[in-house]
Formats: sequence, structure tokens, C-alpha cells
Amino acid sequence: MTNEVVIKTDKLTKRFGDFIATNEITFDVYAGEIFGFLGANGAGKTTAMKMLCGLSTPSSGNAAIAGFDIYKQSESIKKNIGYMSQKFSLYEDLTVIENINFFGGIYGMSDKQLNEKRENLIETLGLKNEAKKLVGSLPLGWKQKLAFSVAIFHEPKIVFLDEPTGGVDPVTRRQFWDLIYAASDRGITIFVTTHYMDEAEYCNRVTMMVDGVIKALDTPTKLKEQFSATTMDEVFFELARGAKRKAD
Amino acid sequence: MADVVLKNIRKTYNKNSLVAVDDVSFEVEKGELFGLIGPDGAGKTSIFRVLTTLLLPDGGTASVNGFDVVKDYKNIRQHVGYMPGKFSLYQDLSVEENLNFFATVFNTTIEANYDLIKDIYVQIEPFKDRRAGKLSGGMKQKLALCCALIHRPTVLFLDEPTTGVDTVSRKEFWEMLKRLKQQGITILVSTPYMDEATLCERIALIQNGKIMSIDTPPNIIKEFPQKLYAIKAKNMSGLLNDLRTIKNVNSVNAFGEYHHITFQQEDETAPHHLLAELEAKQHFNTEIKPITPTIEDCFIKLMN
Amino acid sequence: MKQFLTFVRKEFYHVFRDPKTLLLLFGMPIAQIILFGFALTNEIKNSNIVICDYANDIASQRIIDKIEASKSFDIKKTILSHQEIEAAFKTGKVKLVIVFPTNFNNELLHLNKAQVQIIADASDPNTASTLTSYASNIIMDYQKELMKNASAPLRINTDVRMIYNPELKGATNFVPGVMALVLLLVCVLMTSVSIVKEKETGTMEILLVSPFNPILVIISKAVPYFFLSLVNLTLILVLSVTLMDMPMNGSYLLLYLASALLILTALALGLLISNSTDSQQSAMLISLMGMLMPTMLFTGFMFPLENMPMPLQYIANAIPSKWYYIIVKSVMIKGLGIASVWKELLILTGMTLFLLVVSIKKFKIRLA
Repeated sequence: MTNEVVIKTDKLTKRFGDFIATNEITFDVYAGEIFGFLGANGAGKTTAMKMLCGLSTPSSGNAAIAGFDIYKQSESIKKNIGYMSQKFSLYEDLTVIENINFFGGIYGMSDKQLNEKRENLIETLGLKNEAKKLVGSLPLGWKQKLAFSVAIFHEPKIVFLDEPTGGVDPVTRRQFWDLIYAASDRGITIFVTTHYMDEAEYCNRVTMMVDGVIKALDTPTKLKEQFSATTMDEVFFELARGAKRKAD
Repeated sequence: MADVVLKNIRKTYNKNSLVAVDDVSFEVEKGELFGLIGPDGAGKTSIFRVLTTLLLPDGGTASVNGFDVVKDYKNIRQHVGYMPGKFSLYQDLSVEENLNFFATVFNTTIEANYDLIKDIYVQIEPFKDRRAGKLSGGMKQKLALCCALIHRPTVLFLDEPTTGVDTVSRKEFWEMLKRLKQQGITILVSTPYMDEATLCERIALIQNGKIMSIDTPPNIIKEFPQKLYAIKAKNMSGLLNDLRTIKNVNSVNAFGEYHHITFQQEDETAPHHLLAELEAKQHFNTEIKPITPTIEDCFIKLMN
Repeated sequence: MKQFLTFVRKEFYHVFRDPKTLLLLFGMPIAQIILFGFALTNEIKNSNIVICDYANDIASQRIIDKIEASKSFDIKKTILSHQEIEAAFKTGKVKLVIVFPTNFNNELLHLNKAQVQIIADASDPNTASTLTSYASNIIMDYQKELMKNASAPLRINTDVRMIYNPELKGATNFVPGVMALVLLLVCVLMTSVSIVKEKETGTMEILLVSPFNPILVIISKAVPYFFLSLVNLTLILVLSVTLMDMPMNGSYLLLYLASALLILTALALGLLISNSTDSQQSAMLISLMGMLMPTMLFTGFMFPLENMPMPLQYIANAIPSKWYYIIVKSVMIKGLGIASVWKELLILTGMTLFLLVVSIKKFKIRLA
């Protein structure tokens, strides 16, 4: 983790009519950090993430992602980030190789680069025998790992992960986090949301959103001290209990 | 006779190319709170659908309340409550309308069994005129549970009722289940969350269509074959990698704040030697302590 | 540019790997070209006509011979009284009647002029016009023949009568067809989508695991659409009768009875379709594609069925709307009663019952 700030937000707000989804959220994320974004459904996590990815325009406030302005340079932001969510990751009716080639092509990789990286990726994930199979036929765990690897295929500065390990078995979940650690070691910043509180522990810093506002932002250790808790689960419980808004 | 019985149940899809449930047998006693624990694709939903008579098994037999799932499906459908995986109530009907509808479908009224659902319903009653589609995840869950209970079923099947719901709502839900159990209803719950396993009386750990273990959570934990230790250091990611290279470490798994490890050679000195080895690798101030395994530890062990 | 090509390549993969898309892309156009190619003939061949020959002399025989020789006509009967003419038209199979007066030849020879009456079934105005002109041409031919050997100009007047639709309103052709189309399409679409929606949202699962008989679920879905379709029908009738001068000469009861049968058929078809798919989108596609083409082609309001090659005519017999169309035209335009349409009504009832039984039997009481 360095001191370079890759995400900087200042009173970032998103309004839908009268409803304030995110309310003046302000925080910094450093290069190479594993940054956990927690919160109940409806707290404003997804809205915040969409703004940071350049998928949604803020109502007010400022932010810079990888140095690019969130209003004026959203296209440049998209070129420098990766994204993976539970809902969509890869094309089920394309093979593993076809998926990798497609995303590599989209990110503007040269053929030589693409071929090299692809062979590397397939090797690392142990997918040699499955390379020509349709992604739809792979078990969930393999799909998720492949999806993550494809999301960082172009070595973006930041990768946004929206609940990437939902429903996956415990072993695969840990393998996934191995991949995340490896990416973080390479200097990629990881911005991840999750419902698994033990995964909150893997993060360098964690923030919790409640009712559209950031209620906590610190390392897991310090948060547990602050709330006299032994696990992140307890911290979350303390903070979320008073929430008025649960996607109402 | 046990309330729910499965004998060698087998279920395949895609003309036998996908085996979702592979020779599964277990029983659930009357009034038990039974958990089916496993990740997506383990076979939980298929098992539930066979038991609720929505799917025909490709092999084996099963019965609910003594009725065979194939031959006596009509009887089963009169007396069970079912909450399927995703929210399946009418999004464009209000809370009250949904409840009334399902009460009528089950030949009863809300008043008849109100005592059963009262504790749950009062939490969503303020929103009774709101369209079900506009409720939060936690509230949808509560409504679905009420609709599944409205006819006072003898057996309740809940398929992943807490998936996608935040921690607070999850806890509340399990409190409701405990209270329901006191009413004598047999409850089968499936969940991918290992921490919820300890809230059940007995659990079955399932992976890839096969049952790996069935017992009470404490018994399963007792079955863990080795001594488990929790270890932590400043650089957890580095620690993980290093532990994997150390010979005497049999297994190492990340578990949030600590890593859980077991030793090849289990003796008193193993932890000491480990700390020494780790210091040599520049890990200072490491902490190691023996711990009781969690269900997740057991699951991982059984997977290998 | 390279990125663009990458996208294009992916889109090709998606298309070739989805059998449904391929069917739509290639199957449909081919089917359409072939079907429309065969169905769309302007030539009218082998139309059934009846001759009422009061004359029974050389002249009338000569003309009858010519008619017999013509490919356009197929003489079904020769009759000898006016009452039989009406009966012939009522069967719906006769398109044209030619009447020769008693002293046809004599009048030609001695008065140099005679009259032939052509009566056409104008409930299909286009066919009626075409057939009338074919017949007139044949008569003109004979007139020319006579003129070669005659000293003075001869004239055979043709007195044309268009019955059932003297003003040759086009609406009479279209409106019954549109009625069939609307009732069928709307009901099939709505029913199939509504049932599949329950499957898609998951509420079907809960309904199945309940003491409620699943068949009642289906019926409860059909009921609103049944009544709404009858309302739809009333709207169409009001609009067509007031705005488009569509005649309504027959019994409303009979019309609504036949319509109710068609609606039930459509509901049964909707149910059948819902059994074969799990997504609303598929249900919509199948309903539209599966119902639109056959109904448009084989009901008989766009292209007269008699002009199609025999195999296609046999196929048309299996389409419920074909029979409904006949009943509606007979009732509305010709003012006929149940005595004339009982056969078609019976066939339609048979189809409806058959489809209802099959669709209910095939209804899945389980998820798979």
C-alpha cells in the first residue's frame, strides 16, 4: 500500500427525486489497498459504486478516480478500471478462450500480449482442460475466479468487485481471495463489497454505509477496538442496528 | 416415524449429464430445526423440490409426514409450507392482499392461524398496504414466511431464506425460526452461510450432490480429526504464503482476523517451533492459540 | 477498430449458438417466401359455379360448353329453379350462378338481343368482381362468334347482381378476418404470458405446493381474458358496423356463440404454449409467430383459400379461425342461421374441445 491516492471523493451525493441515496460521502482510497465497502442492502453501496465506476452521474460533490474527474472524464475512468459483479461477469454461451479474447480485445490489447497473458491465465487458474468449454457449463466457483481474472486482465489501476463470492463454497472463496491478494501485491487497488464479515477482515481498511452516510472508516482492528467487539460481525451489527432505512 | 425421510434420492438434469443429487439419505424428526448447509450448486434446492413434490426423483424414495412424495403428493401439498429460493410472492399485490390470497388458497383465513404469525406479522403490519415489490429484502422475507405459515403447516421448507439479506435481518429471521420451533413445527432450512449452521439442531453438510456429514453441530465439531490453531501476525497475506511453505503445517485457511492451521506432527512443541520458523521469515509478534473448530472448518476438511 | 471487430465477432458467436435466433433469422423468411409465393395467386381457378338453364337450347349450351372448358370455372350443378339458386349460395361453396332465360336462342335470332343474368356471391367482393368479369368475357366471346355469321349486330346483355354485398364493400372481407385475428392473437398471447409469468416469478411453485387444484389456477387466468375478449369483440362489432358499414344481418347469439368457441380455443392454445416454455419472452415470441402467420395465411381473408394448392388447403382445415371466418361471414353478411353453419360450428366445437383436453392433460403439476 502506498500513499498515492487513487480514489478521492468529496461530498459525493446522489439524489433520486426527494430520496438521497448517498449523502455527501467523503473518503480516500490508496493505491494497492484492499478497500472494503460494507453496508446493508439499500444503504447506498451500489449507488456509490456505480458513481465511482462512471456508470452514474453524481448529483453533487466531486471525485477523482485514477486521477480522472468523475464528471468530465468518465470515459477515461472506464478505461482504467475493472468491474465484476455477481449478476454479470462473463458470456455463458462463449467458451473460456473466447471470453478472454473478447475482453482482451475490448481493452485494446495487442495480439501478442493477448496470447501470452491468456495462456498464463489459463495455466494459473488450472483451466487447461476447460479452455474450450462454454463458460455456462463451468461450476460457479470457477466462473467467479475466471471473471475476476478477466476483470483485471488489462492490469487496471482499480478493480471494483460487487459481492464477488456470494453463494460460493468455502474453499473457492478462499482461492478467490488468494487471487485478490495477488492482485493487490501487484499494485492493483481492490474496491470490494461483501456480505461475509470475515472477508471484511481481509481488507486493509473498511467503511460502512448506513442510510446513505459513511458511519465508519478505519482498519478492522481499530474498528473492533472502537466498538469493543471481537469480530467484524459485531461491529456491523452495532452500526446497522440503528439503521432506519433498509431499502424501504 | 420421522417427519421427513429420504432414502437414496437421486436427481439428474440434462438427460443424466448433470447429477445434482447423488444418493442422498437422511431423516428429520418431528419438531426438529434441521439445516441443509452447502454452497450454490450443492443440490439443496433440488432436494427441497423433491420433498415438496415439485420434482420427481430419478432414483430413491422420500416421504413427508408418512406420505410418499411421488404417489401421495396431493396429501403432502395440503400440509407443508414452502418458501422458495427467490422471493415469489405477487409483487403488484399489497402485503395484506398477498396474505389474504394465500390464506384462501390454503382454505383458511388470516384470523384462524393468526397466533402463529403474529410475532412476525407485527413487524410488517405498518406496511400492509404497500405493494410487495416495494418492500426491503428483510421485509419480503418476513412476508414470505407468514404466507408459508398461514395454514399452520406441519412441516416447513425454507430454501435459502437468508440469502442476499443483510446480517441484522438474518439474525432476526433465525430468532423467528427458533420461536416457531417451539410451536412444534418441523423446519428444514437450507443455507450457504456456515455460521447459521450452529443455530440448527441438526445439520447435513452437502457438496456436489453428496452428503458429507449429518449430525448435531457440536458432534460434527467433535469429529474434526485434528487440533486446530488460530494464528495471526502483522502481515496476514505474507503469513498465509509462508505458512503454505512450512513443512509441518498440514492445512492453512484464511479465516478473517486469524488463519486456521493444523499440524502434520501434533505435539506440544509444534506451535513453538512454528513461531521460531516464522520469526526467521521476519514475522514478529505472531500470536497462536488453540481454538474449537467452526462448522466452516469442518466443511473445508470434509471437502478435501 | 480492432475493438469494434472484437465485438462483431462476439455477436456472431451469440447468434450461431442460439437455435431460436437461427430459426427466426433463416427459418421464418424461407417459410414466408414459400407460403406467400404459393398462396398469393391472382388467378382464380376452378371456382364452383351453378348454371340455371331455363332455355336449354343451342345458344345456352354453347355458352355452357365454353364455361366448362374454362379453367376458371367448375360447373357443380345445373338447376332449374330460382329457389335452388338461394340454396346453392347458402352452402357457401358456390361463387357464381348464371341464369339463362327461357327463350334465349330465339330472342337472339329474332330480336337480336337477349339477357343473361350473372349472380355473384359478393361476400368476398374481389373474387366476385373477378369471376363476374371472367363470365362476362366468355359471354362476349360467344357474342363475337355469333356476330361473324350474323347480318345485324347482336347483343347479349349481362345483368349482374351482387348478392349479400351489393355495394361491394371491402370491409365484409376484412372485418371477419380481423375479428378472428384479434380474438386469437390477444387471447393466446395474454394467456400464455400470464401463466409463464407465474413460472418466471416463482409464484407458480408456491401455488403448486398447496391444496389448490392447479387446473383452477389456469381457469382463473382464463376467465378475465374470456370476458375481456367478448368486450373486445363488441367493440370491433360496434366500430365496424357503424364506421365501416359492415352488415349484420344474422343472429347476434350465434355470432357470440361462435366467438366464445374461438376464444376458448385460443385460451387452450395459450395454455399449451405456456407448458413448453419458462420465459415470458419466449411465450410472447411463440404466441405471435406461431399464431400470426397461420392465421393470416389460412383464415381466408387475405388470400382466398380456394386459390391455394391442395396441400395448403388441407392445412387450412386445421386452423380454427378458418371455420370461424366462414361462420362469421355467413351470419353477418348472408344473415344465415344455425341450419347453414352447423357443420362449421360442429368442427369448431370439436377443435376447441380437443385442444382444451390436450392442454389440460399436458399441464405440468410439477416443475419438470
